[in-house]
Amino acid sequence: MCGIVGLYLKNEKWRADLGKLFQPMLSEMKSRGPDSAGVAIYRNPVADNELKLSLATDTAAYDWQQLAKSLQSDLSVSATINPVSTHAILITDADESAAVAHLKAMYPEVRVVGSGQSVEIFKEVGLPDDVYEQFSLQGASGTHMIGHTRMATESAVTTAGSHPFATGADLCLVHNGSLSNHNRHREELEKAGLVFQTENDTEVAAAYMTWRLRQGLTLHQALEHAISDLDGFYTFCIGTGDGFAVLRDPIACKHAVLAETDDWVAMATEYRSIDTLPGSEHANIWEPKPQTIYTWGGATGSKAA
Amino acid sequence: MSTTEQNTANCKTLDLKTLGLRKVNASLNTLTDSSEHFEIINPAGQHAIACGLQSPLDVQIKGHTGFYCAGMNQHANVTVHGHVGVGVAENMMSGSVHVKGNASQAAGATAHGGLLVVEGDASSRCGISMKGIDIVVGGSVGHMSAFMAQAGNLVICGDAGEALGDSIYEAQLFVQGKVDSLGTDCEAKTMLDEHLETLSILLKKAGIKADPKAFTRYGSARKLYNFHVDNAAYAANHHSGVTS
Repeated sequence: MCGIVGLYLKNEKWRADLGKLFQPMLSEMKSRGPDSAGVAIYRNPVADNELKLSLATDTAAYDWQQLAKSLQSDLSVSATINPVSTHAILITDADESAAVAHLKAMYPEVRVVGSGQSVEIFKEVGLPDDVYEQFSLQGASGTHMIGHTRMATESAVTTAGSHPFATGADLCLVHNGSLSNHNRHREELEKAGLVFQTENDTEVAAAYMTWRLRQGLTLHQALEHAISDLDGFYTFCIGTGDGFAVLRDPIACKHAVLAETDDWVAMATEYRSIDTLPGSEHANIWEPKPQTIYTWGGATGSKAA
Repeated sequence: MSTTEQNTANCKTLDLKTLGLRKVNASLNTLTDSSEHFEIINPAGQHAIACGLQSPLDVQIKGHTGFYCAGMNQHANVTVHGHVGVGVAENMMSGSVHVKGNASQAAGATAHGGLLVVEGDASSRCGISMKGIDIVVGGSVGHMSAFMAQAGNLVICGDAGEALGDSIYEAQLFVQGKVDSLGTDCEAKTMLDEHLETLSILLKKAGIKADPKAFTRYGSARKLYNFHVDNAAYAANHHSGVTS
């Protein structure tokens, strides 16, 4: 099962209401994935020389300020931190690899769950509405969000196993389906230096994308390789800095529907999520074709198959 | 009577948003010989709307529906003024389901009888394992349509995706546009007068204007399954009302 949803607001007037518009979309997918939920929200981009990291721990009472101070003094960089329940958003002018290495060495209990200029990732075990409330997303503004409700099949029900999975540079992935060759890819990606936090198949897909993008491929090229290399059932929704992309496997067993109006573009596992959006009754609605890459977003323009 | 259940000119309006799915379906599950008219508003993409109907009702659904709309239908005539999700009219026995918009995957799956019309496109696996239903699609269908189709007719006015009619038994397929590829044991067949007549009746029933002569007929090469002439007789007896 699992439910995935994505919403990109074309019309700036709606952007103050992003969190409010997205909640019923995610909530409607509760029955498809009641064990965990997560979102990636794109908002408040940092300066060009800065980096935004989404951090997560298993406790809400974590001393985030101390972590920020040690990063400042040990690496001689700027660091401001904004705690949000079990997560925190860290903004720093440190080099990404240096910052991540420092956190790993000094704070092994902290997981880096997202990185980029504007993406923030929040995910937790529980029902979508509870997770949404926990991270105060109802009043959030921004340009776009993707989200996931999980019914675990391939690995344990844990926060670390929840989606979205970050793939670096404002990219992240949510997945409905199951990959059948993830163990082989995990071994190969580990040899290439990628580190895994879970036994989860989607984490392998995310790491695969990270690896391909590090080779200098575009998102489109990386996804084309994914079609040949990843075996199994999937509908992916990939959040990008300026929009999102959708890809289904060649068999396309896993549901997906896309809809577009002058004001927004939305994707969902089932139409009932999209029905919650204003103007959905007049939207252009269609089903994405198998092994066809759909992307939306500011710089990339409208649909590009 | 509540404001959400109103009788106007012999048409009863059921508001799914306020009544909920179970009450709406319970209202439609009345056993009657006479034709009653219902209108369902605010379907909101919910699943299993107007499922399991057993009477010759006229049901108009105003909006888009979720999965399995009008599944297992007997006798009722259901019209959806919108798009439908996965498995519309799956396992239909008789009656008709008419979709004004597009249909998602597995439209008319395993259905034994009745008529399914999709004015727009249908997605992959349209008519999968069909067992006697007639399906007319105004637009195109996706990959693996009519997979293991046993009996009935599938009319596609647009194009067909990959692997059309894979492992097909005795269903007949009519395609006006191009076919990306034929599945195993599916082949083009000669269009005889009887086939033109069947096709022309189905197009007329569906309210779609098209020239039957512009279509190509496809069916089983009968090399894959252990073919006996008895199978053909079985299929002919289980074709829907077109020829009866």
